Amino acid sequence: MIEFQQVHKTYRVAGRDIPALHPTSLSIDNGQVFGLIGHSGAGKSTLLRLINRLEAPSGGKIIVDGEDVTAFDASQLRSFRQQVGMIFQHFNLLASKTVADNVGLPLTLAGELSRKEIDARVAELLQRVGLSEHAKKYPAQLSGGQKQRVGIARALSTRPKILLCDEATSALDPQTTASVLQLLAEINRELNLTIVLITHEMDVIRRVCDQVAVMDAGQIVEQGPVAEVFLHPKHPTTKRFVQEDEQVDEAEQRDDFAHVPGRIVRLTFQGDATYAPLLGTVARETGVDYSILAGRIDRIKDTPYGQLTLAVTGGDMDAAFARFAAADVHMEVLR
Amino acid sequence: MDALNFFANVDWSEIWLATGDTFIMLFGSLFFTVLLGLPLGVLLFMFGPRQMFEQKGIYAVLSLIVNILRSLPFIILLIVMIPITVLITGTSLGVAGAIPPLVVGATPFFARLVETALREVDRGIIEATQSMGASTRQIIINALLPEARPGIFAAITVTAITLVSYTAMAGVVGAGGLGDLAIRFGYQRFQTDVMVVTVVLLLILVQVLQSVGDKLVVHFSRK
Repeated sequence: MIEFQQVHKTYRVAGRDIPALHPTSLSIDNGQVFGLIGHSGAGKSTLLRLINRLEAPSGGKIIVDGEDVTAFDASQLRSFRQQVGMIFQHFNLLASKTVADNVGLPLTLAGELSRKEIDARVAELLQRVGLSEHAKKYPAQLSGGQKQRVGIARALSTRPKILLCDEATSALDPQTTASVLQLLAEINRELNLTIVLITHEMDVIRRVCDQVAVMDAGQIVEQGPVAEVFLHPKHPTTKRFVQEDEQVDEAEQRDDFAHVPGRIVRLTFQGDATYAPLLGTVARETGVDYSILAGRIDRIKDTPYGQLTLAVTGGDMDAAFARFAAADVHMEVLR
Repeated sequence: MDALNFFANVDWSEIWLATGDTFIMLFGSLFFTVLLGLPLGVLLFMFGPRQMFEQKGIYAVLSLIVNILRSLPFIILLIVMIPITVLITGTSLGVAGAIPPLVVGATPFFARLVETALREVDRGIIEATQSMGASTRQIIINALLPEARPGIFAAITVTAITLVSYTAMAGVVGAGGLGDLAIRFGYQRFQTDVMVVTVVLLLILVQVLQSVGDKLVVHFSRK
């Protein structure tokens, strides 16, 4: 478990103190994929780097599996860092080393394995990320997605317990992003690895994360299970991220709906309810009519969900609303 | 035939001897320059602004020493160095007497080039290596220097060529080599033929150094 206890960070720039992270408490369970989302300058990168102490905290404690990271001396910190893998937006591979040497570098630095053992482990990792035939190439000869796979293989080489991902897909195109995220989800499942990732894209959170924290101006403004935060955002920053992802403009939508008669409700289905024939049943039983104004059916990690905005007219509206509420459906009355 | 007659009075054994001396001075001083300049360049980089061990005071002192040595014209350095050279090699003459001033003249220059080459390395590489739990020594040896290798080879090439011109100048204080030959025969005895031969040989030497250096830079660029 990763635990932040009132951790804060202040930079001193040109004689002035600039707070990058306000006192923050946070806990991340083992085996979780924990997402931090925020715009640039929100403090998410600082928070991530505090975990392996690439940034030193100005105050507070960071406890990882019962050990206080902030109290480590230089050699304790080095062996701790060997148990925490990290991947980067711009991959940060060594251009002077082959793919195989890049992947083996953390093991070479740790100096615990023989050359032969390292080679075997590297071959296994390259197989894992699907790059076996590229072992002898240099990073410049690879595509962005392949480079990030090398980054992931390198980060996993020392069998870490935690993987930190710093905007790992931000430099990749959508298809490559999807395949890299899929790889991250796989290693999270198979190796029971805790993953902490930062991003500015809600889509990344929706695809792989279990928990999410939304950051704004150096603090966490909203936090919870991804489905909860994603489907029922509360803080304005969170709402903006969700709308960006759905490509919906709330004000525009309100104007569009102004001419529509009846009540407007938004129904959110999750899990099995997504596929139940609820709308038809309720229409028959209560005599209401719907027109669908907006809708989306998608998945949050492995859970299907649907979100429909409906205009409801005629029939016994109250009875219909009661039926929705009774079924496993979240209902918001918009008008 | 006229062209051949022009070179009829050139003493070729003298020329080859001088060429050999130039080679010894060049590679001898280049060896010590790299040996001293590389660590000095690494130190300049590490203590430099916004780097791993940013130390304004130490950096300022190192920087000042390097700047003083670099702003001294080499011909002056040659003369100022004489007592120190005698202390190190026992003589201020010949090839042995030339190497200490050559090294002192070229090392600060080379160290600055190394510092610049290291600054060209992406900071992300240092961060990535730190995140693996590398010690400072490991970061320098396993990441910084390999990544800066093309830049360092370019720096060695530029330094070697600068040293060629310095060795020619060292002829003034009786160092031997092609420069010395050019001064003694070409200038003082008005033997234009010797002057032409030495200039052509120096030209070829510089060309060869540059193209070998360029090849090494390309080879290690991995782009």
